[in-house]
Amino acid sequence: MESMSTTHDRSAVLAALTARLGAERVTSDVADLLVYASDGSTLHDATPAGVVFPESTAEVVDIVTTCAAHGVPFVARGSGTGLSGGAMALDGGIVVALNRLRRILDVDVPNRCARVQPGVANLAISRAVEHHGLHYAPDPSSQAVCSIGGNVAHNSGGPHTLKNGVTVNHVLGLQIVLSDGTLVDVGGPERPGYDLAALITGSEGTFGIVTEVTVKLSPLPEGVRTAIAAFATIDDASHAVTSVIAGGLMPAALEMLDRVVVAALEAAFGLTFPPGAAALLLLECDGPEDGLDDEISRAVDICREHGALEVRLARDDNERAALWTARKKAFGALGRIARNYCTQDGVIPRTKLPEMLRRVGEIADRHRLRVANVFHAGDGNLHPCILFDDRDADERARVVSAGREILDVCLELGGSLSGEHGIGIEKREAMARMFAEDDLAVMRALREALDPLGLCNPHKVLPGGSRCVELGPGGKQVHA
Amino acid sequence: MTDPMTTDAPIPLLATAPECVHCGFCLPACPTYDVLGTEMDSPRGRLALMSALESGDLAPTRAAVGHLDACLGCRACETACPSGVPYGERLEATRATLHDSPLRDRRAAQASRWIRAAVTAPAWMQRLGAGGQRVLRAVGVDRLAERWAARHPDTHLGAALSLWSAGSHWAAQRPSPAPGTTFAPSGPRRMRVALHLGCMQRWMFGGVHRDTIDVLTALGCEVVVPVGQGCCGALAAHEGAADEARGWMRHNLDAYERAGPFDALVVNAAGCGSSLADAARLFDDDATRERAVALGSRVRDVLDLVAELGPLPHARWTHRTQRVAYHDACHLAHAQGVRAAPRRVLEGLPGLELVALAEADRCCGSAGIYNVTQPATALAVLEGKLERLAALDIDVVAAGNPGCLLQLEAGARRAGHTWRLAHPIELVAGRLR
Repeated sequence: MESMSTTHDRSAVLAALTARLGAERVTSDVADLLVYASDGSTLHDATPAGVVFPESTAEVVDIVTTCAAHGVPFVARGSGTGLSGGAMALDGGIVVALNRLRRILDVDVPNRCARVQPGVANLAISRAVEHHGLHYAPDPSSQAVCSIGGNVAHNSGGPHTLKNGVTVNHVLGLQIVLSDGTLVDVGGPERPGYDLAALITGSEGTFGIVTEVTVKLSPLPEGVRTAIAAFATIDDASHAVTSVIAGGLMPAALEMLDRVVVAALEAAFGLTFPPGAAALLLLECDGPEDGLDDEISRAVDICREHGALEVRLARDDNERAALWTARKKAFGALGRIARNYCTQDGVIPRTKLPEMLRRVGEIADRHRLRVANVFHAGDGNLHPCILFDDRDADERARVVSAGREILDVCLELGGSLSGEHGIGIEKREAMARMFAEDDLAVMRALREALDPLGLCNPHKVLPGGSRCVELGPGGKQVHA
Repeated sequence: MTDPMTTDAPIPLLATAPECVHCGFCLPACPTYDVLGTEMDSPRGRLALMSALESGDLAPTRAAVGHLDACLGCRACETACPSGVPYGERLEATRATLHDSPLRDRRAAQASRWIRAAVTAPAWMQRLGAGGQRVLRAVGVDRLAERWAARHPDTHLGAALSLWSAGSHWAAQRPSPAPGTTFAPSGPRRMRVALHLGCMQRWMFGGVHRDTIDVLTALGCEVVVPVGQGCCGALAAHEGAADEARGWMRHNLDAYERAGPFDALVVNAAGCGSSLADAARLFDDDATRERAVALGSRVRDVLDLVAELGPLPHARWTHRTQRVAYHDACHLAHAQGVRAAPRRVLEGLPGLELVALAEADRCCGSAGIYNVTQPATALAVLEGKLERLAALDIDVVAAGNPGCLLQLEAGARRAGHTWRLAHPIELVAGRLR
């Protein structure tokens, strides 16, 4: 079902779109294609045949219809912060860049929802409604950058997922252009029938291009308390995490950072941590002011019982913001200690944290790689970041092998391949190790029903044949 | 390999300058990405282009060169970048390799050369120019020029003319002090400082220099204006004219070394301050680098120094509250990290209310002479700034850089706003008189 478009087909699509949208809005210049060859990941790249910049839903329909007519694959792209290669155009497809579709169309305060275009940044929604005492709750670390369309595609989470849930819990309805150009509205408040909005959320662009998202707005918590605890060992910190949750507390966020990450944060933000700290725990409680101080002090006590070297409470909003800036920019700050990193996204039961981290360390050692760990400890969503130098092809290959082994351990411990970054191109083969053939067959049937021509973001999510796809000028390959 | 969980070995930082890791945090900080919405016009995209050009993976194309020339050089991406990629340095270095490329927009390059020649012309020519400006203003020609420019703001000439008219009220103020002059402190001497006059600033903003001297002498500084100083070379360096920039900087190194000992080199133009503070970037040889570092370490923005020297003696009250919005010049906030000091000084003035401006540290589109070389994008960037200013009830917009002052004044005039533009030091000096 995967398309077999020719150079001629792609040229025809680009020529037709240039004629209608203008030369400014369609590009196939080699320099322009180069910057659209990769997204937030530096491990892989794939050069698209062209990039198109629609400015309305009607233009997205036009682009998709034109691609369908010529059998040319396409992939929507938001801010390009994805970490699994989801926005890479394989098979010489067309990138549909949605960055100019970034209007907040409607804010409905009484009904606590907003209708937005897919290119709107996650944080821009919260900024636009904060004066109403509302926010859009899911907060990926890249929330200042990442688009809501990308969040829908990946069913993104974030540090506050622990209490608030992920994107699918906050999407009420979607407008989507299907692969034949049909524009449909799915979901919406209290509409019976299949919950297609939930189906599309997390589908990584394989069902079409989302052109509008209706999101749920939640009240801002009345109060927030944030603490940071330093531990001498990862084990101590992990046990504290388990005890906090087992103690009946419901923190809003519970994040762990290891000493490699801490070193990067010290260099990037001048934060100082007690000597001998091998792990930091960032704890946040929110909700009604009443009882909030009790809740955070119980969490702090638990940290102390587990041998915390030091626990600091953020004294005001500025200190809290500084802590969160450091946490949310932690991936980026790794650029202080390595040229490149590859972020894993496995999920494991919380109780397996110490074992999992030990085994991640062993895998890294075996492949002669360094790993930095920063992760959502509260819900067992790990982000081991494997550090590497992309000029070293051998090291790059070892990164791929180590990443694969880490995921296998996640599965072995009863966990999952991905918490929030999606499968993309990076983990598609591992899907076959997580799901039975029948499970995958249902997914394939769905995909074929919604995208019979196989034009929507081909080669992503589901495992495929054994073809090897050449991915761009760097000679970087992935097996597809 | 060491296991970070079981050893206490320190984590080594990268020995070389950090590379872009694709996190994308620079995207929302970038004004051109904001108005163009294309990855090629974002810092992450431009870094990818620069790296590919440098490695030879990409041969220069008109599009690639265009995206690099479309960068404001505001360096807001450096503030946002958690990795610490030295974007500004990379941009200057890449532009230097493309400086003579036939792929560059010839009219933009020509406009840049003419402006650099005009603002760095000998003093007598500049005096002639300033005189001419006054005459043209007297007979009303500048009104005609301004009207024509207002209808053609997205052309090189229209942009240049509207900036030129916008500068008229500054040009009509007191002229710059002559090099070689020394101004004695009123009261005991606390320090000896040298004043950098610059090129454009010297020609059009003599009043700002006079105000700088008035305030510093009132605060106990002896102010010397060293002879032989010249343009800081920032306009040339940003354009990629590296030899021209180096030439100017050598000139300045000589002049300031001849000036005898001083405690600070005071600069009242953000762009010049940043260029002088970072003078060492222009040189490869250790001896010159050493001299450049010595000079650079003494560079102080005037407001930063005023904040340190403390409140003005006998600051006069205004007859009514003056409501002021402070706009951060990029080369103060992003390049030199000067953010709090100017605000502290302004807030300390009696009867002055500092009104918070949203996204105060976002570029106004001036960016040296970007507003003339890339007029259409500069206008789009300016529009957002004007919208955020228009939401405020203010009398004055203060900015510590001549480029921002002209850009914001021209924009305010076109849009019919009534606030006036002022260098913060003008507001401070106003309380002395």
